Amino acid sequence: MELANIEKLVEKYLDAETTLQEETTLRNYFKEGNVAPHLQEYAYMFNYFSVTKDETYTKTIQLEPKKSKRSNLKWLSVAASVVLLFSVFIGKNKYDEHLQRKEAEKIFAQVNKGFKLLSTNLQKGEQAVATLYTYENKVNKILK
Amino acid sequence: MNQSDFLKVVLPFKDKVFRLAKRLLVSREEAEDATQELIFKLWKNKEKIADYKNVEAFAMTMTKNYCYDRLKSKQASNLTLVHSNYKEKETSLDKKLEYQDSVNQVHKLIENLPEQQKIIIQLRDVEQYDFEEICKMVDMKPTAVRVALSRARKTIREELIKKHNYGVS
Repeated sequence: MELANIEKLVEKYLDAETTLQEETTLRNYFKEGNVAPHLQEYAYMFNYFSVTKDETYTKTIQLEPKKSKRSNLKWLSVAASVVLLFSVFIGKNKYDEHLQRKEAEKIFAQVNKGFKLLSTNLQKGEQAVATLYTYENKVNKILK
Repeated sequence: MNQSDFLKVVLPFKDKVFRLAKRLLVSREEAEDATQELIFKLWKNKEKIADYKNVEAFAMTMTKNYCYDRLKSKQASNLTLVHSNYKEKETSLDKKLEYQDSVNQVHKLIENLPEQQKIIIQLRDVEQYDFEEICKMVDMKPTAVRVALSRARKTIREELIKKHNYGVS
């Protein structure tokens, strides 16, 4: 490639009017190493561009999300709240049962007391009836 | 789309994504994280990918936006990119000291360009995309892309000449 031609292309290059093909021509010219001294700075630039293009991403690509501590914490809090909710629910049930039992015991005690009162009074009546019977027997014996 | 189909689509341009990310985020680790993140995002949207005509251009646009977001959040948390602890590590570079030096020089000059120009020079001069694709990727009009590219190239050249002359005289 003639020097004059390269100079023209370089001008176009600075104005960003070169096509990709023309830029390839320039790249090849500067790669050859036989560069005119007044164009040396372009050689640096094109050198840099091609060197940079060699750099690659060397790590392996992971398509699975990393297990982070944050997400663990999130699930832990969900679990904790479920447990809390459940225990409150169970606790409420137990407490209700407890209250019911207490109420029942109270009623049972009252009824018991009532029955006892009734039975003592009945016993008194029975004794009275028994004396009445003995009295009647005696009367019958005498009358016979 | 299963895993191997997906990789067949993605693998050809993963390096381009990585290089663009590195251009913008500067550090290699950051760029690797960004690349991984982007490919994972694409994988999650794999059903939609089948509808895109040009997955590569779409991925490059995503990369650009993702890196912008990263840079913004860094600025917000008052973390600035530290250029001093950053080194080019490629083994192919250490052929000659002078050669290495010129390469590093160009690298630093590009680093000092505005972000938009950085992206465009990366896409055009390194990755050699045509203008139509670049316009799509950066969402700009062709004339605007050309102006930015021209400015970037001229800046790099002028700075190089300045440094060179300074070294000589």
